[in-house]
Amino acid sequence: MQLVAENLVLCRGGRTIIEGLSFRLEAGAALLLTGANGSGKTTLLRALAGFLKPAAGAIAVGNGADERELGELSHFVGHLDGIKAHLTVAENLAFWAAYLDGGDVAIALDAFALSGLADIPAGYLSAGQKRRLGLARLAVAARPLWLLDEPTVSLDAASVGLLVKTLEAHVGGGGLAVIATHVPLALADAREIRLGAAGDRK
Amino acid sequence: MSAFATLVARDLRLAVRQGGALGTALGFYMIVVTMLPLGLGADLNLLSRIAPGVLWIALLLSALLSLPRVFASDYEDGSLDILATGPLPLELVAAAKALAHWISTSIPLALLAPVLGILLNLDIGAYPVLVATMLIGTPAVSFIGAAGAALTLRAHRGGLLIALLVLPLYVPTLIFGMAAIGALLGPGGVTQPFLILTALSLAAVVLGPIAAAAALRVQMQ
Repeated sequence: MQLVAENLVLCRGGRTIIEGLSFRLEAGAALLLTGANGSGKTTLLRALAGFLKPAAGAIAVGNGADERELGELSHFVGHLDGIKAHLTVAENLAFWAAYLDGGDVAIALDAFALSGLADIPAGYLSAGQKRRLGLARLAVAARPLWLLDEPTVSLDAASVGLLVKTLEAHVGGGGLAVIATHVPLALADAREIRLGAAGDRK
Repeated sequence: MSAFATLVARDLRLAVRQGGALGTALGFYMIVVTMLPLGLGADLNLLSRIAPGVLWIALLLSALLSLPRVFASDYEDGSLDILATGPLPLELVAAAKALAHWISTSIPLALLAPVLGILLNLDIGAYPVLVATMLIGTPAVSFIGAAGAALTLRAHRGGLLIALLVLPLYVPTLIFGMAAIGALLGPGGVTQPFLILTALSLAAVVLGPIAAAAALRVQMQ
């Protein structure tokens, strides 16, 4: 399993956000994306998830034998957590588990310290708890590529620890992760790409 | 359970828990139909003649009220992105959501129609045909509506835009729904308009999700 980007050009709203970006990520590697606001971190993640077609260049994933699309290989955790306020915490996760063809909800709840909140409607959760519920989706279905967009926002120190632990287990097991972040994450052997400040570029 | 059935089941459960969308649509339907005799006066012959048309048009308008929410809530809370990374192609995601809308909104509206028919002195013989035309015709309402909802997903005040986009596309369904009821009350067979109504709905069930998915792909970039 590997992720290769070649000469990517990404445009949004008629503006070129990322130009000529290439990288190669082998199995068991994490990539941290850093850079100022508007430098294209989210744009790149959305392209890797298959939502945004590159204007030029190519993204290839897998080992050649796998014909699934980008999106089907990846977990995408964006700024929004994909939580329904009217469903309980366990129901929210159980839906994603069933939809994403995943497994045990209880283990995933446990991994993000949500077991005690399982029967509470998700609308009552705090911002940090919602984030944890959004992240718990990572543990509910096995997917090789994790795309995380500022996953630490509104998490406390202990929760960041849980996230790092989950990430290390995933990467250690041969998974791939691309993480946009402003906060340094204590991940061993993570590569970093600093995206240029394209916010003011024409 | 397949991913498609899972998604439909979740949308139905949300519709039941939230309740608001269905309540608004049914309430709107009831009020519009109730106001009509008040506005036109108590001419029973006139009311009974226009009843099927009024019931059909009011049903289309009521269904329109709930259409913007088909994709908007999933778009706003980020679920749509995750649904797109699932095992279902976006076409089937759109189809599942349109199906859930049909079950949770269009069917209750169709079942309310005969009750409101009493208010309009609708010919008693027309009741079964009226409900049948509505049950057969409303998949077109939900599935074409889903395409409209996807197109206007990011538009400010998209609700009004949906009406402009979608109502003209409901015209064939309306015409043949009325034709079926008219054929029953007058001479001629009911079968032919029924078959055309079914064909319209089947075409909408196939084409609506394809159009909706194409629109969603653009909106999600």
